[in-house]
Amino acid sequence: MRIGDSLPEWHVEATPTFVISTALATRDFQDVHHDRDLAVQRGSKDIFINILTTTGLVQRYVTDWAGPEALVRQVNIKLGAPCFAYDTLKFFGQVVGREQQDLTIEVVGRTAHGDHVTGTVKIEVPA
Amino acid sequence: MIDIEKEAARIAEQGESAPRLARDPVNQPMINNWLEAIGDEHPGYTEVAPPAMVQVWTMAGLHGQRTLDDPLGAMMTILDEAGYTSVVATNSDQTYHRYLKVGEHLSVTTSLEDVTGPKKTGLGEGWFVTTRSTWWVGDEAVAEMRFRVLKFKPARKPEPKPETPRAQAIRPSVNRDTEYFWEGTRLGELRIQRCGGCGLLRHPPGPMCPECGATKPKYLVSEGYGVVYSYVVHHHPQVPGRQTPFVIALVELDEGVRMLGELDGEPSIGRRVEVVFTKVDDELTMPSWRPRADR
Repeated sequence: MRIGDSLPEWHVEATPTFVISTALATRDFQDVHHDRDLAVQRGSKDIFINILTTTGLVQRYVTDWAGPEALVRQVNIKLGAPCFAYDTLKFFGQVVGREQQDLTIEVVGRTAHGDHVTGTVKIEVPA
Repeated sequence: MIDIEKEAARIAEQGESAPRLARDPVNQPMINNWLEAIGDEHPGYTEVAPPAMVQVWTMAGLHGQRTLDDPLGAMMTILDEAGYTSVVATNSDQTYHRYLKVGEHLSVTTSLEDVTGPKKTGLGEGWFVTTRSTWWVGDEAVAEMRFRVLKFKPARKPEPKPETPRAQAIRPSVNRDTEYFWEGTRLGELRIQRCGGCGLLRHPPGPMCPECGATKPKYLVSEGYGVVYSYVVHHHPQVPGRQTPFVIALVELDEGVRMLGELDGEPSIGRRVEVVFTKVDDELTMPSWRPRADR
């Protein structure tokens, strides 16, 4: 795990079931995450993924790559285009910093509409 | 008229809200629901919770009400009254001081860090509201978060999309160096410049051979087959005479040179393609690529 290493590209199919089950599992009951009629009324194209889920996906992307021994210390994310139901969310990542056991990884998650999330994750890996 | 900045300063001065206790202690069933939904098969979350779940524990829930001293709630009310009725989260920066164990009962405190605006955004005019939350187990701070939302006035109506003018496709500029190429496409030939001196194949065309310096180029006619060497999917800006998105592929021809062109089909590097000629008018025929069916 060195500076410049890339994480394997990862695709998440944001089916309606995925959008809704993750919203409820993160205890986010905002209607735009589970009720398409209301989401459309509020000007959205469809229901979309909530921010707590995006944080969870970013964490999973990094730990899937780094392995279960890695400890997650920080997840910083900035949201852009919403990730709507039926979108494919594609994750890309790269190691941008390393100090002994502390790694910084830059992550971006994209849909066809643009960058849904850009962020950095800090992890600590075993010596 | 509400003075938003003054109200923000008043709320910020109140400092941290009183600790609000999570509905449930950190527990395995909720962890399992989360892992199942996210699809995370990390084997380590049996006695500790995934760090990214920290905010989940203190979510207000289905019938949640904000507490009176919650600074984000207070700021939202003020912005609602000022006409900024919609909200979208823009940033979440979470720091985890340690992993949380099953059985630990979290509480959360929140203070208002910053309110800036009004800003013009893609969604409409709005204010960015930044709060800072700390999660506690007893009096130990276990995690922190900076959270930013945009509270905005939804733009009146979605702006009517300007009708894309029916424009002519951009035409290549033809000159003495490239004339043979466009003459070829009119005849259904994909021509590659070939040095009249040393025979080097080159593309794009130029007046002089980079190898031997000869200035009398000839050409040969390509078989018209190659592989995708690289490509871009063009989404923006609009291009006259083109529907976005479209794919521009750099194709490595079997003869060895690389050539740009539109690719009609799903792009992937290494894919076999063949040339197609599309007649635009008597003067111009454009070459492009399509996947080869037989490979």
